[in-house]
Amino acid sequence: MSVSDANIGSKAVKSVKSGQLDRQLLAIIGYTSLTVLSVLCILPFILIVSSSFTEESTIVREGYQFFPTAFSVEPYKILFKYPEQMIRAYGVTISVTVIGTAIGLFLTAMTAYCLSRKDFKWRNFFSFFFFFTTLFSGGLVPWYLLIVNYLHMKDTALALIVPLLLNVFYIIVMKSFMSNIPEAIVESAKIDGAGDFLIFMKLILPLSKPALATIGLFLALGYWNDWYNALLFVADDKLMPLQYYLYKMLGNMDGMRKAMMGSGAVVTTSLPTEGLKMAMTVVASGPILLAYPFIQKYFVKGLTIGAVKG
Amino acid sequence: MKRHGFIQDVIKYRAILLMLLPAVLFFLLFAYIPMAGIIIAFKHYDYAGGIFGSAWNGLDNFRFFFESGDAWRITRNTALYNIAFIVVNNVLQIFTAILLFEVGGKWFRKIAQSILFLPYFISWVVVGAIAYNLLSFDIGTVNSLLRNIGMEPIDIYNTPAYWPIILVLVAAWKTLGYGTIMYLAAITSIDTEMYEAAEIDGANIFQRIFKVTIPNLYPTVIILVLLAVGNIFKGDFGMFYNMVGNNGVLFSSTDVIDTFVFRSLITSNDIGMSAAAGVYQSVLGFTTIMLFNYAVRKYDKDRALF
Repeated sequence: MSVSDANIGSKAVKSVKSGQLDRQLLAIIGYTSLTVLSVLCILPFILIVSSSFTEESTIVREGYQFFPTAFSVEPYKILFKYPEQMIRAYGVTISVTVIGTAIGLFLTAMTAYCLSRKDFKWRNFFSFFFFFTTLFSGGLVPWYLLIVNYLHMKDTALALIVPLLLNVFYIIVMKSFMSNIPEAIVESAKIDGAGDFLIFMKLILPLSKPALATIGLFLALGYWNDWYNALLFVADDKLMPLQYYLYKMLGNMDGMRKAMMGSGAVVTTSLPTEGLKMAMTVVASGPILLAYPFIQKYFVKGLTIGAVKG
Repeated sequence: MKRHGFIQDVIKYRAILLMLLPAVLFFLLFAYIPMAGIIIAFKHYDYAGGIFGSAWNGLDNFRFFFESGDAWRITRNTALYNIAFIVVNNVLQIFTAILLFEVGGKWFRKIAQSILFLPYFISWVVVGAIAYNLLSFDIGTVNSLLRNIGMEPIDIYNTPAYWPIILVLVAAWKTLGYGTIMYLAAITSIDTEMYEAAEIDGANIFQRIFKVTIPNLYPTVIILVLLAVGNIFKGDFGMFYNMVGNNGVLFSSTDVIDTFVFRSLITSNDIGMSAAAGVYQSVLGFTTIMLFNYAVRKYDKDRALF
């Protein structure tokens, strides 16, 4: 072994050692930062759950706490004592979510399929027709007046479903997924005599499951969390979706009292308002958070597609 | 002859055209017709006359909007908030994505990723409730803590100065998981050979991050930032409205174009000025995206949006 070889050897040992140090340093930074960020992300949830189980007098005296010092299920008891309005709100949200997601997903996929067909002569024209709406818009006022004064959708379920049906971004994501399906599949189906619609239904849809799952979840999340269309278009309590009901409750406890009294039930004046607000928050976001661990992985997979330029 | 060809094409693509029809009608109705509705901004709107029957009033709505003194405030707030969101969110998301990629066992990574994504799934109404929970003067957790350590409580809901920081933090909190996954996906798709080459060249792990990972993220960053820049004059209505509501005390630092337009339309029923503010917003947004896209195109044609 020559001198220079030995030199290189010791250098290598040194760099391996410093490499380990770097790795350890990064690990310390990484574990600490990620733990701190995770704690910051989850603490607010602990706070609302804990507050919803805390006795009202304690909240008023000591403020909201991360751990219930005086445990109470009173807010939930009251919430479930007169559940009519809440059940109705759940019903509205679930139906709107199911119907909206089903129709929206089908239309998104169908539109995306047409735009993904390379032999379609006018695909660039139609792509631009859709894309342009993300660059320029008429603003809230003409849109609002159209829906209320011309389409007469105020206080109808349509106002909650239709505005969220199609979204250009989702069409682009779906199209970029479908563009990767080999054209030969379409060609061979055509030779077998299948029409465009049949090809879409029998071949493209089954092959697009990952994209459908992702966009379906995005749509469902949008419908579940929507309160804006209700704020604009719904005055009738029968059509109040869950998030809007929560919004109204948070802003106005009198409205809540009225809603809870339902059919002439007597609600005492010592309503645990603060605890009740938090219990309602838990109830309104509960299902999505329970479903979350199961749907999260689809989001993660689908976003990989979303990150690719349309 | 040409006409003949057009009709033949229509026949040839009839199935595809039919399949496109629902979406075309949807965007015609809900996007293109409202664009024509911009003329409301130049009219004195009355319900009896509707959009087309109302009398013209030239630029009066715009004059009223700009003379109200609100125009500058809401434009500045909207733009500054969005610039802060773009910078803070992207830096934090890239930082988190790199750490998730580089450290941690499988379970740690999975749990951290799940928890970071959690806030993305709840509605702004719930976020508003959480904020109230933390920030309210009497019973907010922040003030309870301050009282416990013997400090004066802060009246956050009556102090405009705190809100820019609060809103930037909340936006970062809610979008952290989503952005992190986007960037994580981009990092995962980096060719591993580049890392191996860097290692052979003697790069340490930090050099690897700064010389390989981050430069490889530029295309993703550019697309995400370009998309965000197009919305620089659009305020996230759900966020601002649920965090602040109609709390006039805070308007100096929290009012954005979207909350202003909503208020003029729904609360004060000032349709003309509200429409004028909306047109102003659309024109600003359109101009910005065009300029930025042009700039990116000059720099690198492939990275432009269109």
